[in-house]
Amino acid sequence: MSTYYAGLLADVGILLLGAFSVYIILATGQLSLGNAAFMAIGAYVASFLTVEADWPLTPALVAAALACCIVGVIVGFPALRLKGIYLAMATLGFGEMVRSFFLNFERMGGAGGFHGMKHVSLPYIWAWAGGVLLLVIAVERSRLWLEMRAIHDDETVAGLIGVDTTATKVGAFGVGAAVAGIAGGLFAHQHVYIEPANFGFERSIDLVLAVILGGSTVGAGALIGAALLVLLPEWLRVLADWRLAAFGALLIIVLLTRRQGILDRPLLAKLTRGAR
Amino acid sequence: MTAAAPKPLLRLARVSKSFGGITALSNVSLAIRPGRMVGVIGPNGAGKTTLFNIVTGALRANSGEITFAGEPITSWPTHRIVRAGIARTFQNIRVFAGMTVWEHLLVAQPHRGTGIRRFLPARWADPAAWARAEDALVFFGLKDYRARIARTLPYGMQRKVEMARAVTAGPRLLLLDEPVAGMNHDEADELAALLKDLQRRGLTILLIEHDMAFVMKLCDDLYVLDFGALIAAGAPAEIRSDPKVIDAYLGSEA
Repeated sequence: MSTYYAGLLADVGILLLGAFSVYIILATGQLSLGNAAFMAIGAYVASFLTVEADWPLTPALVAAALACCIVGVIVGFPALRLKGIYLAMATLGFGEMVRSFFLNFERMGGAGGFHGMKHVSLPYIWAWAGGVLLLVIAVERSRLWLEMRAIHDDETVAGLIGVDTTATKVGAFGVGAAVAGIAGGLFAHQHVYIEPANFGFERSIDLVLAVILGGSTVGAGALIGAALLVLLPEWLRVLADWRLAAFGALLIIVLLTRRQGILDRPLLAKLTRGAR
Repeated sequence: MTAAAPKPLLRLARVSKSFGGITALSNVSLAIRPGRMVGVIGPNGAGKTTLFNIVTGALRANSGEITFAGEPITSWPTHRIVRAGIARTFQNIRVFAGMTVWEHLLVAQPHRGTGIRRFLPARWADPAAWARAEDALVFFGLKDYRARIARTLPYGMQRKVEMARAVTAGPRLLLLDEPVAGMNHDEADELAALLKDLQRRGLTILLIEHDMAFVMKLCDDLYVLDFGALIAAGAPAEIRSDPKVIDAYLGSEA
């Protein structure tokens, strides 16, 4: 495989993990526009541990995920009081807050960025991405996931059938943040250089876009979304300067024709039935 | 109530609730005995739905005590009250927009066993829940609609899904907010039979209803609310002839 495609596939894997972080939180009806911040925390924690503390990458990623999980739970509590657009704005603010924190955090390079990480292999990235994908697909068939969907559809009624909505929503934030942390740690070791600008608002939007485009009701949708988001602008290179405009137009067309995203439950059921 | 009567399953003692200056419930006391089918009637705005909201913890009473099966549930969070054994339906149907009929029957079931099983595919991690959902599907006559998105079903069918969801939560007390509203005569009869069947299986049922014929035929006991106050309680025959009730609610026709 050429290094060109290896790099793109690595980006797909990392974006897939980032998209899952949004997907898990969105499954409980909460839209987070600040998940790049969790990626940033994951990237900086993992990089610090591998470069400065000489940890192997895997435990460093686990530690990064745990750190992000704790931050996610802390963010999850005030998020309980906010809904829809207000929650989106608050998480956006959180994202900018974290970004400017790292901008001023000279210990980790500040605006100049941080480097010294060892490059990771493509199979290693996809071991994480594939592992989380399988985990999401399994959990999607669980009672817990049904309860999350119940909260997504009608939080009041979910409480009235015995779902602990507080614990479930905060938990989703924690787990989503942890997955974003892994994505961030892998990003740092794929690009071997990080700076706060890597984890701005655009990154958060990319994560949400992958979910919305691929299909926000099934985990496998994130895979399609992540792949399209990375590969489509590359394939459109023949259009030169117009490629991003063309990409935007394609995006609008998809969302106009399939509001639920490319993949949804009925389509997935049809496809898996056909395979049998 | 005589001393020989069984302990009430649900007891409200002098419960009051006001919104701003408007009194929704004032000093309401009632005792629901286990195994009974109890109706709450009264004109619009009498506080019937507020009563349900307070019992399930969706609203907090300003004063008064609520006990369920001997436990003081007045300040418990909703999910804890539900798990203690109270489930409800809604006046305006509230099925989950994205869920199939089948998923409605699975999602409400109380947790049995702990930990990791919650995270695993329900089909093999919790076969007992799977089987109970299957039973409910048959009991409520929803077998042919299993894979349908509940919201796309006809109105009467959605009511059944909502009721089935409440029943699969494994309650001892079922609160039904206008269960036959919007149903035709045949559907209402069918529902009445279902409710009788649930009662025979040991469920205690408290229902709000405007359809007088339905209530009089079905319920063992009735409570009448008017402007947030309890104005009468008793068997349907007594209520029908109570002058206060006729005056406030039934009118001379009844």
